[in-house]
Amino acid sequence: MLKILKGGMLTSVQDLGRYGFQKYGVIASGAMDPFAHRIANLLVGNHENAATLEISLAGPSIEFEEDAIIALCGGDLSPQLDGKECRMWRTLAVKKGCTLSFGAPKKGCRTYLAAAGGINVPEVMHSKSTYLRAAIGGFQGRALKTGDRVPLNPVDPKRAAALLKAANSGQEWQIPAIRYFNEPVVRIMKGRQFDLFDAQSQERVFSSQFTVGAHSDRMGYRLEGTPLSLNKAEELISEPVAFGSIQVPPDGNPIVLMADRQTTGGYPKIGQVASIDLPLISQLNPGDKIRFKEISLDEAQKRLIAQEQHIRQMKIGIDLKMEEWK
Amino acid sequence: MSFTFTPLGDQAIMIEAGNEITEEVQQQIRKAAALLEGRPPVWMVESIPAFTTIAVFYNPLAVLYDEAKSALEELLQHASEVPVPEPRIVEIPVCYGGEFGPDLEFVAQHNGLTAEEVVAIHSAGDYAVSMIGFAPGFPFISGMSEKIAAPRRESPRLRIPERTVGIAGIQTGVYPIETPGGWQLIGRTPLRLFRPEQEMPSLLKAGDTIKFRRISEQEYYEWEEHHDAEDS
Repeated sequence: MLKILKGGMLTSVQDLGRYGFQKYGVIASGAMDPFAHRIANLLVGNHENAATLEISLAGPSIEFEEDAIIALCGGDLSPQLDGKECRMWRTLAVKKGCTLSFGAPKKGCRTYLAAAGGINVPEVMHSKSTYLRAAIGGFQGRALKTGDRVPLNPVDPKRAAALLKAANSGQEWQIPAIRYFNEPVVRIMKGRQFDLFDAQSQERVFSSQFTVGAHSDRMGYRLEGTPLSLNKAEELISEPVAFGSIQVPPDGNPIVLMADRQTTGGYPKIGQVASIDLPLISQLNPGDKIRFKEISLDEAQKRLIAQEQHIRQMKIGIDLKMEEWK
Repeated sequence: MSFTFTPLGDQAIMIEAGNEITEEVQQQIRKAAALLEGRPPVWMVESIPAFTTIAVFYNPLAVLYDEAKSALEELLQHASEVPVPEPRIVEIPVCYGGEFGPDLEFVAQHNGLTAEEVVAIHSAGDYAVSMIGFAPGFPFISGMSEKIAAPRRESPRLRIPERTVGIAGIQTGVYPIETPGGWQLIGRTPLRLFRPEQEMPSLLKAGDTIKFRRISEQEYYEWEEHHDAEDS
């Protein structure tokens, strides 16, 4: 069990999302930074889709009521075990009674806590992700708060022993982490309604800098900059949207749709973030700056496949280490 | 009539049947949805149908855009052979007015009708579900009589209870979950539109025909109790 001493700003149970039900208006949810979520799981011997805790900005305080093997991946929110700084992107052993807490955010805004075995919550519509607005999934359909006790799944003892060796090995091994930036250049493809925008806006989306607005959350990131406008005002028919669709409402400030986006939207889409670069946006804080650069669909898919191969190699590497330590 | 295909990012394809919401276009979307459900490509993750479009999400590790597009083009060539799926008729019982429908009087006054007439008109029509979106199980419904149209409230309510039936402009709808909103509220149904524990979590789906049936407050509570008993 994980005993929540303090819930933090927004700590919720997430996996890779709820798919197959968007046709019924059920949003996908899932980890905002799927890359960090997956690596955290791999580091503790879990399936990539196992449930983790998504921790945002002002982190929670969590007491371990049992020995556990954990990994922390994603933005650096200064994690500490019993007040002592701990490392990210590697396997860690935690003793019963130990407390995980967070200090000042250093880089990014979301960290994933994976524990060997995974967070044990029931599946709702084939997923363990929390759907906050509908109050379903995750831990009782809501963010964690003081006093909650969150169960972990048991771990196979052999596996646990290998993981423990991995955690305690003095070797300086660590997974090569993704780099997050406060001012990233994010690759986007042209959106379906790109041609509806005036020439200036078509140029500006790639040349100007946008600032992440205060109302940015799991649903969407609101960007502020020189407003983008259409050739002529048009009412569009609502159509499906995707993770990373960049919609432009009439005020001209783009919104990047994120994990908790609605299933459809009626604003014109000027662009679509390449899947590989979604984590760069998920880790941005209000006030951070962002620029866009064009990528072709072909290139975006090639990069995505290359990243998947990279993750697969990491998985094989981790499995080999586990074998070694068995 | 044919479909056009464009990328929606690097993991989805948008299929478009036209750029206006006509009966014909919506039927094409229904046929496409039926084909995708009946013969889903192995690489398909899911599909989302809307008014004039249907998005197909795919796994780019299994298939790339061009190949997915060709496969969908081929699949949808059979659309003309697909009979338009017969609409399911779903009856939605509604207890109109009172605490469930605090804006029924407003809608009546706005249209120079009595509350009784508004209820009669609302519960007389056949409504078509164009798509599900905005909230889980929320139906976009067409077919309401303009005689009972009413503008949205100037300031939205912060909390509208689930299962409330409302009117906004010439649209009518039912809120599946508690949400803020600016619709004029005219009644409530004891039926749950969003049922996360069931394999089909939405009572309604695109293509359904809805009939609203008026029920009394007593019937409403009996129905609710009956369902609570079924759920537990």
